[in-house]
Amino acid sequence: MSVTSGPAEAIPAAEVEDVELYHPRSWLTKYVFCQDAKVIGVQYALTAIAIGLVALVLSWLMRLQLGFPGTFSFISPEAYLQFITMHGMIMVIYLLTALFLGGFGNYLIPLMLGARDMVFPYVNMLSYWVYLLAVLVLVASFFVPGGPTGAGWTLYPPQAILSGTPGGQDWGIILMLASLILFIIGFTMGGLNYVVTVLQARTRGMTLMRMPLTVWGIFTATVMALLAFPALFVSAVMLLLDRLLGTSFFMPALAEMGQQLQYDGGSPILFQHLFWFFGHPEVYIVALPAFGIVSDLISTHARRNIFGYRMMVWAIVAIGALSFVVWAHHMYVSGMHPWFGFFFATTTLIIAIPTAIKVYNWLLTLWRGDIHLTVPMLFALAFIVTFVNGGLTGLFLGNVVVDVPLSDTMFVVAHFHMVMGVAPIFVIFGGIYHWYPKITGRMLNEAMGRIHFWVSFLGAYMIFFPMHYLGLLGVPRRYFEIGEMAFVPPSAATLNAFISIVALIVGAAQILFLFNLAWSLRHGRPAGGNPWRATTLEWQTPQTPPGHGNWGRELPVVYRWAYDYNVPGADQDFIPQNQPSPGRASPEAAA
Amino acid sequence: MTAILLFLAVVAVIAGWWLSGQGLLTKPWLEVGPAGEASAAGSSPMPPAKLGLWVFLAVVGALLALFASAYLMRMHMAHDWRSLPMPGLLWLNTGVLALSSFALHRARLAARDGWREGVRVNLFAGGLSALVFLAGQLLAWRQVMAEGFLVATNPASSFFYLITAVHGLHLAGGLVALGRTAIRTWRGLGPEQLRLSVDLCATYWHFLLVAWLVLFGLLLHG
Repeated sequence: MSVTSGPAEAIPAAEVEDVELYHPRSWLTKYVFCQDAKVIGVQYALTAIAIGLVALVLSWLMRLQLGFPGTFSFISPEAYLQFITMHGMIMVIYLLTALFLGGFGNYLIPLMLGARDMVFPYVNMLSYWVYLLAVLVLVASFFVPGGPTGAGWTLYPPQAILSGTPGGQDWGIILMLASLILFIIGFTMGGLNYVVTVLQARTRGMTLMRMPLTVWGIFTATVMALLAFPALFVSAVMLLLDRLLGTSFFMPALAEMGQQLQYDGGSPILFQHLFWFFGHPEVYIVALPAFGIVSDLISTHARRNIFGYRMMVWAIVAIGALSFVVWAHHMYVSGMHPWFGFFFATTTLIIAIPTAIKVYNWLLTLWRGDIHLTVPMLFALAFIVTFVNGGLTGLFLGNVVVDVPLSDTMFVVAHFHMVMGVAPIFVIFGGIYHWYPKITGRMLNEAMGRIHFWVSFLGAYMIFFPMHYLGLLGVPRRYFEIGEMAFVPPSAATLNAFISIVALIVGAAQILFLFNLAWSLRHGRPAGGNPWRATTLEWQTPQTPPGHGNWGRELPVVYRWAYDYNVPGADQDFIPQNQPSPGRASPEAAA
Repeated sequence: MTAILLFLAVVAVIAGWWLSGQGLLTKPWLEVGPAGEASAAGSSPMPPAKLGLWVFLAVVGALLALFASAYLMRMHMAHDWRSLPMPGLLWLNTGVLALSSFALHRARLAARDGWREGVRVNLFAGGLSALVFLAGQLLAWRQVMAEGFLVATNPASSFFYLITAVHGLHLAGGLVALGRTAIRTWRGLGPEQLRLSVDLCATYWHFLLVAWLVLFGLLLHG
């Protein structure tokens, strides 16, 4: 579509002005009940990190049990199941999803697009408070009789709501499902904001194809989440009804402890379909923002334009669309028709194509780049390596015949921790090291950052590489202890102890990271407006940290794409998006 | 999962059609200037609230399509499905909901003409008939209960209560928005604002009417 005349009329600036800029009058409305997307983003991030800390402690506890079975009398089999369940649920939903979309999304979307705020600030604020409520309900389940649910993070019925499962006939499962329902409601409020802001509130000159890939990733992931989370909502509501009102949506006729239950004819497989219809897109809901952020980190810290920008955008969209037709590859062992398995294996492997395109483009961006091994860059590189590793084992598990023997073993655990645990978490770390200077005005401590990186990176491999091997041996996942199995050699116990010790050390490194966040707030080196000499709009704000409304009196005008690094003939090795010509340092000739 | 896949296919077609106008084939690294090549198709002139509502409708649509998927799958997955005696009242309710939708359509027309009195009357009529619809749905629940079909009696009745409840809750939410619009109309809203608010309500009502027709058909099919 080519338009040569009247570009000024083409982009309605009025839309941006229409956003009601409310001015916080008190401490309470500025930091607590705040409608500023930047504050909401930080609130989201801090809440997610806080609940993530709970998940970290849970992972320590379960590693203690696996590494040294029988040593810790306070870890009962029931408690162990509760640990794995809550660890998984917290990490996938309450940390990764909330931090990428609620945290990075809120902070970065308006700034990167040159908007003053999200389009519905009030709804945005509400979104955070509903999310907080969901987290509190989740935390409450630790304190109710029977404790939290121990159904595994997939909450498969029938076991999820039977008395043999911790929390199944107590409050645990009820609070879990209620919390998920709240989370989805809260997310939908936020998600509407992110989507409409990207579509309607871009500043003049910011075409879709000039958006940084971070925004593309978050935007596509949000669209996916808006369409996929309803599946979790439906399954949670129906499971809740099965538990509370005795309906038989998912519950088949069954006897428990010699007693016939009232359920009849329900289908656990139906739950699996609904759950994974959400569950698989969820993987990419977490991965796409990570892809986007990593692209920007690599480009900025290698001082090169992103290779194949258009291809990157297409790949993001293609992955988003494809991820809705692969869900049943989580269900190969559910007894499905072999042709179904064939279909879903095929779609699963097709997703590898756009994903591989992205990996190649990252490598080609790095190729002959002026690579600065800053802490954000280290984490971005670690992401690529880890994501490729985790993706390769995904090819194993995506094939029906290979998956069947590996199903429900530690191999699966190792696979998804690499690909959607460790890899996205690295991006979160990289993103925080990268944008912390913009959020606070100070740099994070470099030495602490490097220690944090190397311990986390090497540690993650020491934890999860051996775990693949345990899985190949046949060590099952979710088991309280291996006990005596003929096919598991005694050396597996030694390996488990080793993994546990490393896990404790890696966990401790995360405490160092949190300390760094707090310490640098006061003592960090002042960052200035654009410490990484980056091109994107968030680094061009008149104030750092950006003030209310982001841009002062006038909105920035965008003249170029987001990746003008090392342009021949330019004064500097980067040209900000709002700078009209390569030579001119300030964009005052706009308009 | 056919219902949800069909729904998503429609969403994908719309998204694809929109994306095709967004200059995804341009080479942004070659273009420097205040507006890129795809500027005209950049930010669209639709008010954010309107677009927000459409995105929300897509989410609600996905939700309802998933319920429909679950309904159809559960029906065929076991042999315990017993058809419900559908109360004739539901047909009447359907008519009332259509009336409500029609009133909001008239309110929208009145708002376009700037005829405030017409907006008030039609909003009131629309809201009232929506309330009557909800009351009628509750009455239908009682009738089904009287037939001996409680929530947990049979999957057919479980789904009947679930689906009508989900639809009814969405309408109740709409009534809150409608009430707010009505109050603001009373207080004297600017013509532009009035038009938008009424427009949003009408769109939502029409959506819920169509959704109800589909869900009702589904329930009859059971």
